[in-house]
Amino acid sequence: MSQLTKREVELREKAAKALNKKAKYGPDIDVSAFSRTANDWGKTSPAELPADVRNQALRAGVQPDMKARAGTFFQIDHSVVFEGVNKYFDGAIELISTVEAKRKYEWLDEYFWKAVPVDADKYTAIAALNWDHGYFLRVAPEKKVTVPIQSCLYISRNNLDQNVHNVIILEPYAEAQVITGCVVHPNVSKALHVGITEIYLKEGSKLTYTMIHNWAEHLAVRPRTAIILEKGSTFISNYVNLKPVGSIQTYPTAYCKGKNSVAVFNSLIYGGKKSIIDVGGKLVLEGEGSRGEVKSRVIATENAEIYSRGALIGREANTRGHIECRGLLLSNSAVIHAIPELRGEVNGTELSHEAAVGKIAEEAIYYLMARGFSEEEATSIIIRGFLDARMFGLPELLQKEVEHAINMVVSASL
Amino acid sequence: MSCLLALEIRDLIVEVDGRRVLDKVNLEVPEGELHVLFGPNGSGKTSLILTILGFPRYKVVHGEIIFMGEDITSLPVNERVKKGLGVIFQNPPQIPGVRLGDVLERLAKGQGETPTNIARRVNFPTFYLERELNRGFSGGEIKRCELMQLIAQKPKFLLLDEPDSGVDVENLEIIGGIINELARERSGILITHLGYILRYVEAHKAHVVINGKIACSGRPIEILDHILREGYWWCDKCRIMKERGD
Repeated sequence: MSQLTKREVELREKAAKALNKKAKYGPDIDVSAFSRTANDWGKTSPAELPADVRNQALRAGVQPDMKARAGTFFQIDHSVVFEGVNKYFDGAIELISTVEAKRKYEWLDEYFWKAVPVDADKYTAIAALNWDHGYFLRVAPEKKVTVPIQSCLYISRNNLDQNVHNVIILEPYAEAQVITGCVVHPNVSKALHVGITEIYLKEGSKLTYTMIHNWAEHLAVRPRTAIILEKGSTFISNYVNLKPVGSIQTYPTAYCKGKNSVAVFNSLIYGGKKSIIDVGGKLVLEGEGSRGEVKSRVIATENAEIYSRGALIGREANTRGHIECRGLLLSNSAVIHAIPELRGEVNGTELSHEAAVGKIAEEAIYYLMARGFSEEEATSIIIRGFLDARMFGLPELLQKEVEHAINMVVSASL
Repeated sequence: MSCLLALEIRDLIVEVDGRRVLDKVNLEVPEGELHVLFGPNGSGKTSLILTILGFPRYKVVHGEIIFMGEDITSLPVNERVKKGLGVIFQNPPQIPGVRLGDVLERLAKGQGETPTNIARRVNFPTFYLERELNRGFSGGEIKRCELMQLIAQKPKFLLLDEPDSGVDVENLEIIGGIINELARERSGILITHLGYILRYVEAHKAHVVINGKIACSGRPIEILDHILREGYWWCDKCRIMKERGD
């Protein structure tokens, strides 16, 4: 193993000190209760993976046949089973394991633990100390990659701790769409997924980042994501979580440092069973003229408890931000918290929020029943409309795929 | 005459939250006939339509609703609709995220119509199919959106609640034309306030609803004429006379 750099040693020390640091939000997890032992899956094409793995991946928007994909990264447990770029995009995209990338490029050190602090909490700490790959994506300057790039992070082993660290760099005026599917095998009843994602958008670049979570009832999920936006860059995050989960807590932060940079967080969440879902989006508007939006559609049913957070911090003049949360309660024992925070630090920042939480309007159900739909059909049409992937403004193909993934999960749960 | 009744309402008493909104209503609509309901605001016209549809807020305290010879008084809304009732609401709710085109597609399934064709029939550009139900629509657009659903449904009996309210002249012509087409070979009830729609639609009989009762019935043009000239005072007198006659 190569020698650690001075910075790496410091980071590890900081991480070690944070190992018992609880996160600000979400239920606390005993990370030592999870196993660090995983089998080596070796290298294989996603198309040759077992059918159940492939089907699960499909439900999270990942195409195992890699058709209509510019690049694919597939990780199962602690093994990278596939990493590859469609040859049409050779030279435009690089997509490899972050472990490999770090070995390959010395300069990459600059991009690790820069956007996300290593000692933020115990989850960032374990990800630094026990690092299980994740993907490194770099899009070359001025390359507009119109075909989606996909990554699949899969957990196949019960009680596993999987800590991935992803780094995405879009060079100046590059454009890309990433779809990430996070999936668990149906036999896994308990596991911990920690995902660090640091995204760097250089001048004029644009990233659409769509993530579909397809976890299971006793899974603990702690993504830690931050985005640094330079001048004129755009970041659009689309987050979909429709399956019951043990607990998810994530509060990604976009630092709009560059002039006129734009960040948008959209989320569609359907929480059932005893899920605890604590999801949000934070925008730090520190570049002049930067702006953004945090928009969520949240449905809580059965005994789910959902926190929909949003924070806007206006630090520079001529900045604008808006938070919009709509919540739908389908059961008397489900709870939705809509928690917006606005912090204006300068004159000339304009921040606003609107939120509405309630049950399905009876009027809407009877309206649809008067078209001949049964009460159940009417309810499902309304819910399906509420979880409208068109809010993402995705390119048509990707939108259809995301819609298909939503349909599969929603029709199974209703 | 052995004309078959499409709809027969017998001694209907209806309450909403304990308040009586329909009081011993009797109405017969023979097959192939379109009947008009006139009446001042709050007189019970919409209540009658929503009761025929079976909206649970409208509690039938007494009486029966017979549709095509079958008692539908206690059927749920969607079952009645499946039997052939089709409605245009006066103020339909907005349903966020639910696209007009998607609803039309479900309604028209197996009926030979496509949403695009239906859009053409009501003079809507096809991108309107992407719009969310009744959100941001103008008065005329709302009515056309309602009509599109009716076209897709192909009901046997039309319940038309003020298809001409809040509609400009151009829209009125389109709406009138479609209703006229739909009303051919069908029966139905049409509520209209000022009777504009009757320039385009042929109705067979009119009834005036006042205070939850059918006060009088007759030829649509004659009744409308009276109402426009004298207001509903004339009907009131008429009801009084009728009760005296009883």
